[in-house]
Formats: sequence, structure tokens, C-alpha cells
Amino acid sequence: LGHGAGGQLSADLVTGLLLPALGSAAPAGPLEDAAVVPVGGVDVVISTDAYVVSPLFFPGGDIGCLAVHGTVNDLAMRAATPVALALAYVVEEGFPLADLRRVAASAGRAAAAAGVAVVCGDTKVVGRGAADGLYVVSTGIGHRPPGAAPSAGAVVSGDVVLLSGPIGSHGTAILSVREGLGFDADIASDTRPLHRLVAAMTAAGGTGVHALRDPTRGGLASALNEIAAASGVPVEIDEAALPVPPAVAAACEILGLDPAHVANEGCLVAFVAPERADEVLTAMRGLPEGGGAVRIGTVADHGEPGRVTVRTAVGSRRVLDMLVGEQLPRIC
Amino acid sequence: MADEDWSITVCGTVQGVGYRPFVYRVANDLGLRGTVRNVDGDVLIRAVGPAGALRTLTAALRGQAPALADVRQLTVATTPAGQLTPAGFVVVDSDRRPPGDGPGGEGQLGGVPPDVATCADCLRELFDPADRRYRYPFITCTNCGPRATIADALPYDRARTAMAGFPLCDRCAAEYADPADRRFHAEAVACADCGPRLVWTADGRTGEAALAAATVMIADGGIVAVKGLGGYQLVCDATAPAVVDRLRGRKYRPRKPFAVMVADLAAARVLARLTPADDELIAGAARPVVLVPARPGNGLAGGVHPGTDQVGLFLPTTPLHHLLLRALARPLVVTSGNRADEPIATDDADARTRLAGIADGFCAHDRPIRARYDDSVARTVAGVATLVRRARGYAPDLLELPAAAPAPILAVGAQLKHTFTIARGGRALVGPHGGSLDDADAMTAFTDSLAALCRLHRIEPRVVAHDLHPGYLSTRYAARWPALARVPVQHHHAHVASCAAEHGLRGPFLGVAYDGLGLGDDGTLWGGELLLATYTGHERLARFGRAPLPGGEAAVRRPARMALGYLTGGEFPVDADPAPLVDRLDPGEVTVVRRMVDRGVNCPVASSAGRLFDAVASMLGVCDDAGYEGEAAVMLESAAAMCDGRPASLPWRVAEVDGLWVYDWSPTLSALLDRAGRAPVAELAAAFHRTLVEVTVDLCVRAARRTGVDRVCLSGGCLGNRLLATGLTAGLAAAGLTGYLNHAVPAGDGGISYGQAAVAAARQAAKE
Ligand SMILES: [Fe+3]
Ligand SMILES: [Mg+2]
Ligand SMILES: [Zn+2]
Ligand SMILES: [Zn+2]
Repeated sequence: LGHGAGGQLSADLVTGLLLPALGSAAPAGPLEDAAVVPVGGVDVVISTDAYVVSPLFFPGGDIGCLAVHGTVNDLAMRAATPVALALAYVVEEGFPLADLRRVAASAGRAAAAAGVAVVCGDTKVVGRGAADGLYVVSTGIGHRPPGAAPSAGAVVSGDVVLLSGPIGSHGTAILSVREGLGFDADIASDTRPLHRLVAAMTAAGGTGVHALRDPTRGGLASALNEIAAASGVPVEIDEAALPVPPAVAAACEILGLDPAHVANEGCLVAFVAPERADEVLTAMRGLPEGGGAVRIGTVADHGEPGRVTVRTAVGSRRVLDMLVGEQLPRIC
Repeated sequence: MADEDWSITVCGTVQGVGYRPFVYRVANDLGLRGTVRNVDGDVLIRAVGPAGALRTLTAALRGQAPALADVRQLTVATTPAGQLTPAGFVVVDSDRRPPGDGPGGEGQLGGVPPDVATCADCLRELFDPADRRYRYPFITCTNCGPRATIADALPYDRARTAMAGFPLCDRCAAEYADPADRRFHAEAVACADCGPRLVWTADGRTGEAALAAATVMIADGGIVAVKGLGGYQLVCDATAPAVVDRLRGRKYRPRKPFAVMVADLAAARVLARLTPADDELIAGAARPVVLVPARPGNGLAGGVHPGTDQVGLFLPTTPLHHLLLRALARPLVVTSGNRADEPIATDDADARTRLAGIADGFCAHDRPIRARYDDSVARTVAGVATLVRRARGYAPDLLELPAAAPAPILAVGAQLKHTFTIARGGRALVGPHGGSLDDADAMTAFTDSLAALCRLHRIEPRVVAHDLHPGYLSTRYAARWPALARVPVQHHHAHVASCAAEHGLRGPFLGVAYDGLGLGDDGTLWGGELLLATYTGHERLARFGRAPLPGGEAAVRRPARMALGYLTGGEFPVDADPAPLVDRLDPGEVTVVRRMVDRGVNCPVASSAGRLFDAVASMLGVCDDAGYEGEAAVMLESAAAMCDGRPASLPWRVAEVDGLWVYDWSPTLSALLDRAGRAPVAELAAAFHRTLVEVTVDLCVRAARRTGVDRVCLSGGCLGNRLLATGLTAGLAAAGLTGYLNHAVPAGDGGISYGQAAVAAARQAAKE
């Protein structure tokens, strides 16, 4: 199994193996961050995610707050107001109790700050070697008020692509600490909740907010490709508009990574109807988590459906592809 | 004796090459009655007369065919003469077969020949004040001019070309209809009264005035976009450093050599040293850019070919080029009209947008370009013409396949230097060079060109061959093709199969694939491989030692990192002081790269010959950063070419790992590091080339002993290195083995699609 890095292989695993295995129980429509389930006239939104980050503690956060933010954000990408979370801990025997306490406290603080309750949970201790320290599984539930109903499949030509802030920090920070590369002095994870930002965006843009996605594993490139494919539209991004912090750019340069392929935990990409784009952008910039929001591209009216291209600094157009497993050089 | 009635089908490259006029003349000379016409891509002859004369005709169809024709297949059906007894022998209107008809069935490949440079007769007329086409930039005849770049559909007739919009004037029509004329059925025939016109787009000036505007601008140090045969070209004075540098800046092409066009062979000889084989290649009808060693102090601006002694020269391919060179009387940079990796511009409006920031003026014309064909690049290796980039003048000529394809095949090629191949039966059509697929416009150009050629040949490939690399955009494209069968072909198997196939080898062969990187069967990157192969399969016998690529593609772009990879994380420890390398580099980079190698962070591992070239180039201080793909190897070869003597080889070793022979490069690299800075770089570079030859011959001799196979196909990007290619063939010959090199398709990734097609055809044939 080489499906760990997000991107194309994990997508193949889901569409090729896991979904078919569900048979008639499989969801319809494009793959989304969270599912909308109508319950008694209310649009209930549900999402679940397993967190296996290494290291558990990193500049800017830890696995506890990450598990809260990640699930809150997945709910938010469907314009839901998060209500409650369930947390499950899978702990390897011998894992330091102090570390567990630290993680749980961090999760609690993150939930309180986000205004969601942790309403239930589970803890399993497994034998040494059966898990790598600590895994956290979080499930979230929310409700979606009438109005915006963003979906990966709802993007149309002419839409404007907005990004809420700088990319590349989370993945580079994690990699740097894990491998001792020394970039983490200047780079911290961007992990944070985005539901308030989304609320401001939908208040400003209403049904003009067509799609939202938090570019976590696989980075901005995966998020854009997933939406382009789900909506069957060509997407054009302007490389010069992509906000990459200088320290991230320098680290990516030396590591041979494309910042667009690096994971984020605190930003979102939005596809918005052109006539609402300015209001939405202004609303985003009114909140700290959207302070660096920028317009990064558009949905073209002609071009290969599903293809994401980047207008480079040189002026040519590069195909921005999803990562395929671990990145293998394509240069011969 | 009673007359007979023969129906003869001629297949191959037989349209647009003066074949029907030729048949007309021969048949009339023999007193035969009947007709000749183009049908789809073939020529169909109906001839009635005595059997002896018909046999003479049939023999002539092959034996005396026009120089540009390539007759691949003759089918004769004989019947006693029936009711049809036409008077005389005539050329009749072209036709299309009903689907499924004809000897090769629907979509028989053939018909559209490549473009041909202006012939000697037309050139004479071009500069003859008494000729009615004096200085007409679109003069052409049956023996020269545009073909593939103007064809809309088959059969290849004026009505189905970009010339359809130019009704012939009376005088041109008379020439077109006169069997005795050189322009009899020359589809692109035109004159100033009825044909295409030059236009200077800035102010709409036409004809001589447009030409004068372009000439003045180039003479004054400007850059002019000139509409050529298969795309726009950027033209400037090759002797003026300032404009050459400006062109580099605007084109975002910092170092890769520019092609230089000169008026004639004499002018070429002033700039470079040409062998008789170079003369023949450079002056041939295909007119490729030919890589030849420059003469020092030849007057070319330093920015034309920085860092290498090889300069790409070519002669005018169109009358317009002749007119420009005659007026300017100096060598001109003539390079593809594009920015960085984009495809060459063909459409007028598109060119004006895309080249707006590059060209100072546009010299265009009103004949549309129907298909994109960039200039071809070639060189001679041991006296044999060898293509580096196969496009205008060569594509879409047909190549043979060793095993006939039972169903039409599409082979999608690799990623960089991209080509695709479509194949049917025993023939393969390799599309023109299309650049790097990660450029969105190049990707679109690929799919457009594929669609156009499939339509032209009425072929619907249902078998698709592709590389193993899941990230190549060609592989992704193949996955979406509506195929009945998909044939994955390992990159280096495709390389060596391309070589074997163009030589028509049968049975097993040894394959030496010296390359940059390609995905291997085992999920690691390969590139220094010795295979025992057939067209259907391969077995790995030997490989180069492995090393990590710190940062993946970043290591390919920066040979200095590759050198650190070999020295700090390679399969074999290098026992030498790395100071000559490390002292030159930024300590921060060295620390991080070492850490990346230790921890395996984005460090894919490769057994590559190309990467070893990169590492050695950096260790010797020849190249730390590659400005274009393969620059380090080009510079190392250039350095080695400066070596006068014949230095001894460096130490090397062959290890056995997991049943494979493995070239252990550690003694080689140790010796290089020890001597770096003390011995001349040229000597060390030459010694390194010699070492690789020794190692390779040794591995091949072992393989031949074990397998009994003594034919060695040498392919992969590194075989573009002439020193290595000639050294290997000579070394193998001395060891009693036969080495084969690619000539018709590039040894680099431009040849991959042809190799994939050969493998797919053989595998499909074996299944049946
Ligand atoms: Fe290759
Ligand atoms: Mg998620
Ligand atoms: Zn001619
Ligand atoms: Zn005319």
C-alpha cells in the first residue's frame, strides 16, 4: 500500500475499493469533506477523520487540537455550524500518560475555543507495536442553515477561486520536526478552526458560495483537482497570486517540494460566483483567519474539463496535477 | 496476344511526391491505356495493355519511383481486358474508399509526406529576374514545398489542403494540368497573382514591402517572428550579442543553444567543422538543424551556444528563408516561436498574443498552418544521420514495425520531449516532437495532433500502450482512452525496443538503456540498465549502482545535489575526501541535503547513468545547475571533446547484487575526486567517458556469454552523447559484439512512443 501521501492514490483507494465495497450503502454524488443528511427537515452534516500525525507535538499545535480543527473544518466546508464532536483515542501500551493528558487538554481547549462540545468518546489501549504512540479519531456533527449549500460538484464557469491565506506551513513544519531538518524555527503549523470564516463568507455570498474545501493532505493541488473533476470544469490559477511564506518557499525549494502539494490545516479554498466574489473576499479579510485572503484564479470557460493549470511567472501554463503517491520525478 | 487489365494499388508515401505524374509518364511511354488516381493515402492504377508492358510498368513503380516517394507495398490484381478500354492514359480525380475497402482496410497508414525544403530548380527560379516567380516567397513544385503542414484530409489534393482557398490563376492552372511540367499536380503550386502573400502585421504591408520591413528590423538588431512551415519562428542576427541575449531573456531560455540558419553549405563551413556526412545531412531535403562542432572565433554571438562547442546549423527550408538570408547576408538565429516549454505557435492570432512580448515585429502570410511541426534536430554519429528531435521534414513519414499490429495501436509516449505513435499493421506513424507535457498548451497540442492524424488516416486505436510511470500525463491520458486493451511498457524496454525495431531485428537482443530516469518494474527508478529483451518482454541482467536523488526533480535540476547524493547516500561508499565538491557549496544546503539523504526525505533512489553524468559534471566543477534538461552531460561531453590525448580509464568494479551485475562506481568517483583540481578537467571528463565504455563492454560480454546473444541495442537519452555512442559501438565491435544505435527515432524520450508501439504490436500479435 503506497497510498499514504494523499492525492491520486488515496482517491483511487476510496473510489476503487472502499466505495464499491459499500455496495448500495455507498453515498451518491462527488466525494466531499462532510456529508449532508436531512433529518426531520434539518440539514444535518456529519464528518469523521482519523489523525495519525507524526510527531504528535509540532510547532503551532499537536494531534489533539488538530483532531478538533480538522473535523470542525470538514463540517464547515459544507457550510455547517458545528455542534458537537466525539473523540476516540487509540493508545499504544507504554505511551506516556503526561503526553496523553497534554493532547486531551489541547483538544478540550480547541473545542471550547471553537464553541463546540465534545459529547462522547472512546479510549482503546493496544499492545506495544500495534499502534505508533497515539491515534485520534474525531467525528463531528453540525447543522446547515438555509442558504449556501457548497458542494465540490457545484462549480460553474466564471467562478472566482479564493484562498483564505498562506499555504504550505503545516506540512513543512511537520516534516521539518519529524526529520530534524531545522526549518521549524521559522515555520509553524497553521492549524485553526475555519467555521467562523465560513459563516462570514456565506453571510456575504449566500448561494454564490459554490464550493469550499480545506486543502489538507495532498495540498492545494489536490483540493483544486478534486473540485475541477467533480464539477467537470477547467480551473486556471495564477502562480504569482499564490501566497507562500518566504520560509516555506525556501524550505520547499531545498526539499524539492511544490508548496501546492504540501498539507495545510488552517486555510480554505472557495469557488464563488463572480458577482459575489468581492463581498466574500472583504468578509474573509475581516477575520484573523482570513486576513491573508486572496483571489488566486478562475474557472475558465474553455479548456479541458477537470484540468487545473497554473499560469507561471514566465507566462506559460503548467498542468497542476495531483500528487501520485510519493512524488517520483517525471524528468527523464 | 490479348491485352490484360491490371489494377495496381501502391501504398506508402506516394502522395504529394509527384507519383501520379511519374506513373502518367511511364504508362504513356509504354503505350498503355488507363487511369491513375489518389485514393485515401494510396495510389490506384488501372492499366490496360500487353502483359509485357504491364510488367515493365509494375517494375518501374518501385524501381524508378520519384526520389521523395517511399513505396511500401504493391498489390496487383490481373484480369483479361473487359469492356473498359479507355483511350490513352490519364490522371483522374481523387477518391475516398468506402470504409473497409482496399488492401489494408480502412485507415491504411500512408499518404502524407513530410514537408520538403525548396528544391534547386525552384531556388534558381526564385532568384531569376526573368522567371515569373522571381522573389515569390511561396514558390514550389512537385519536388519541394509544404506537405504535412497543409494537409486537411486524404487523398492529398489541393482541394483538401490549406491551398484550397487560393484558386489557381490561368498560368498556374496550365502548369498544374500539363503532364510535361514540373508543376503537374503540384498541390501547393502558386504565384504572386494567385497564391499566398507575405504580410507585415504592424501596418499591413504585403509582398516585397513586408519582406523589406522584416529585413530592416533584423538588420537593426530586432527580433522578428516569421511564419514558417509548421509554426512561427523567432529570427534575429546571430552575430549580434545584444539581440541574442535579449531573445534569451524574452523567451525565458537562459542557456539552451539556439539554432542558426545560414544561406548555404559554404556559409555553414565558415561557422563549423563539417564532415562529408554532415554536408549531406545539412543539405538534404529534410533540412534538420544539424549539431556540429563550432569553429572557435566564428563570429557567432557567445549567447548562441553557451557552454558547449556544438552548434546547431541549418539551411533555409522555405523560399522566404532564402530571401531573408540573401538580403541579410549573415547567419541568423532561427528558433521556435514560443516561450520556455510552450509548443510552437501556429495560429496567427495566437502567435500575435503569445509572441507579443518576444518579437518586435511579425512577418506572417495568409496560408494557414494545418499541423504543428517544429524544426527537427539531427547529428551524424559515426557518419550516420541520427535524429535528436524528429519533426518537420521527417514526421509523419512511416516506420516499419517488426511485428504487425493486429489492431490499431496508440502509443502515448513519455512526458518530456514528447511524441506519440499510431500504428496499424506493419506500419507506425510517429507524430511530431511536441515538448514537455506538463505544459498545458503542449498537452493540448498533443491531443489535437493525435486527433488530427487519426482523422486523416481514419484510424481509431483500440489498443493503447503507455509507460509504467503513473505520474506521466501521457499515462493519465492513456487511462482515459476508450481502449479494449492497455499495454504498459517499461520505459527502458521501450527505449531498447525502439532501437531494435528500427533496425528490424528479430529474436532476442541485449539492450543497454543509458538514460536519465524511468520507472522500473520494481518501483525504483532505472536508467543504467542492461536487459535481455525481445519485443514482448525483458529480463534485467545488470544495472548501475544506485544513489538517492535528494529532492527528486530538484536533484535533476541541480547536479551538485546529485553529487552529494552519490557521495553521502549511494549504494557503494565512496572513499575519498569530498572537499573539492563540498567546499564549493553553501554549507546550509549541504547540511540539509545530508539530512534528507540520511532520513530518506523525498529521496527516490535511481540506478541511473544520466544522473551519474550529472554527479561527475558537478564533482569536476563543470556544471552545478542545469539550465536545461541534460545540460550537465552536454557540458561534460564538450569538456571531454577538448582532450587531445587518450587518457587511461578510471578504476571501476562490477559487483553482484541479488543476481544482477552491478556497476560499482565508487572507485571511479574516488579517483575523480582525488584528481579533481589537479588534472585537467578535459582529461578527467574523457577518462570518465572511457570508463563507462569499458564497464559497458564488460557487462555486455558477460551477458553475451551467459545468453548467447551478441546483438546489443544501445538507447536512452545518454546515447545522444556522441562520444559515448561512438565509443560503445567501437568497443562492442572490438569485443566481437554488434552494437546498434537509434537513427530514425531519437535515442531519448522522443523515441519512446515508437518503442512502445513495437512492444504493444508484438504482445498483441503473440496473443492471437
Ligand atoms: Fe528515457
Ligand atoms: Mg479531512
Ligand atoms: Zn521545387
Ligand atoms: Zn498563379
